[in-house]
Amino acid sequence: MSREVVIEVDDLRMRYGTTEVLRGVTFRAHRGEVLAMLGPNGAGKTTTIEILEGFRTRSGGRVDVLGADPARGGEAWRARVGIVLQSWRDHGKWRVGELLAHLGSYYPRPWDPAELITAVGLAEHAGRKVRTLSGGQRRRLDVAIGMVGRPELLFLDEPTTGFDPEARREFHELVLGLSRTEGTTIMLTTHDLAEAEKLADRIVILDGGRIVADGTASELAERIAGEDEVAWTLGGRRHVRSTRDATRFVRALFEEHGDAVEALAVRPSSLEDTYLSLVRRAEETV
Amino acid sequence: MRTVRRGLARGLIELRQAFSGSELVSQLLWPVLTLVAVFFYRDREFRHTGIRLGGLVLPGVLGMFVALGMVLVIQYLTVEREDGTLLRARATPHGIRAYFLGKLVTTSGCVVAYLAILLVPGAFMVDGLRLGSASSWFTLAWVLLLGLVATQSAGAALGALVSSPRAAGLITLPVMAVISVSGVFYPVTALPGWLQDVAQVFPVYWLGLGMRSALLPDAMATVELHQSWRHLETFGVLGAWAVAGLVLAPVVLRRMARRESGARVAAYREKALQRIG
Repeated sequence: MSREVVIEVDDLRMRYGTTEVLRGVTFRAHRGEVLAMLGPNGAGKTTTIEILEGFRTRSGGRVDVLGADPARGGEAWRARVGIVLQSWRDHGKWRVGELLAHLGSYYPRPWDPAELITAVGLAEHAGRKVRTLSGGQRRRLDVAIGMVGRPELLFLDEPTTGFDPEARREFHELVLGLSRTEGTTIMLTTHDLAEAEKLADRIVILDGGRIVADGTASELAERIAGEDEVAWTLGGRRHVRSTRDATRFVRALFEEHGDAVEALAVRPSSLEDTYLSLVRRAEETV
Repeated sequence: MRTVRRGLARGLIELRQAFSGSELVSQLLWPVLTLVAVFFYRDREFRHTGIRLGGLVLPGVLGMFVALGMVLVIQYLTVEREDGTLLRARATPHGIRAYFLGKLVTTSGCVVAYLAILLVPGAFMVDGLRLGSASSWFTLAWVLLLGLVATQSAGAALGALVSSPRAAGLITLPVMAVISVSGVFYPVTALPGWLQDVAQVFPVYWLGLGMRSALLPDAMATVELHQSWRHLETFGVLGAWAVAGLVLAPVVLRRMARRESGARVAAYREKALQRIG
């Protein structure tokens, strides 16, 4: 892969007092890529992304975002980075269109507010006050605000926390659409594996302050042999067993019991199992 | 220059929001109540001097409303740090500076609007205001300008140090205490000497004095301390507050803004929701 590197993190460390939250995090993101940082709660995802956003000062290691150290990124650097914040009730009295037009005025080549509002599906709400929007509509506005300056790189921290499945699906389509049409590099964090699998070109798994895996969804599933699940009925009783080699296990099963084996089902290891076993393994070695 | 324009745009948009729809009622509440109070004791006499209180109180009240800009700034800063407005500004290029500038524009606009609400009907209620001369408007202008800078920069510095909107509520108590000894509603000469000294440390007394000197005939200066309008001292004290505020505020504000992050806003939110739920 010879594509330009947009984020380069090398041996990133973060300590709060005596607690080490990040213990040598290393990964890269390339231009145009959607990168998901996946990990259980408390893994250090938010800390990592806030260091990359320039909101937090790291304890050690090297970080390069769009060719600059975020801790010293100036206003010109800031204009190239979009951040989707989880809004709560800020700018509640502003009208949707008014807020986007105002925030756009800080950037050299902003989106046309009306066009952007349509792109995130808020066209009929442009004249409404922000505080009257529903939760899902507010998050669309958050994305629009993150995008308003046509950033080269967009950060999303746990973007769909608290969404119902329908809102989540719509949100995923919105993000994928923007990444495709604008070619924006996107880095998001999530603890939801299905979300990472759906959105990301590449996944890095953060656990216990370290990157424990890095690759595409299928690479990850392949690299770490998960355990398949075999289920069968014998003499009216249901059995379930996990095994690394389902083929051999099933052959042995038939050799022993022959036709007495009924209702056989083999469920190959999913990325979810892989993720869980990875996290478990990483926690054991700590 | 662009930052100034954006800050101005921000300030004017929020000023319009502050005076539209249901907001208007709460904006008008205090100025109107104050006018009612002035109306009822406008004809009472101060210590058999023949001077009626209405004329003394109205300019003092104008000074007080300028000083209340400080409370407004503290409230804005603490509320908008908690609700994530400040973090949004931080995520935007040149956003923090435009944000603060906008806040000063909004607050100053509110203060000037209060003054108009008080002065226009007040001028018909109270006799003896000197509204026709250019010199009164000149004095009013410099006292107002210096007062806005002094109280709001001090407010911004304080607001950065106060941890939450609840704590900001507590800060209004000492402010009210200072106002009550500052000779707004009754001449400060009626107070014991040590309280007069306390009052003269804070801007409220000087703002009131400056407004009286602008709007009242010179003969009325006899009611004041040292029987003088003390313009030089007014300029000195308000100027000192302004300089201290302008030096201190950017330092503490920058420190405050640097600490904000998504995780912090999420934590504020959690805390606030727990309190409600």
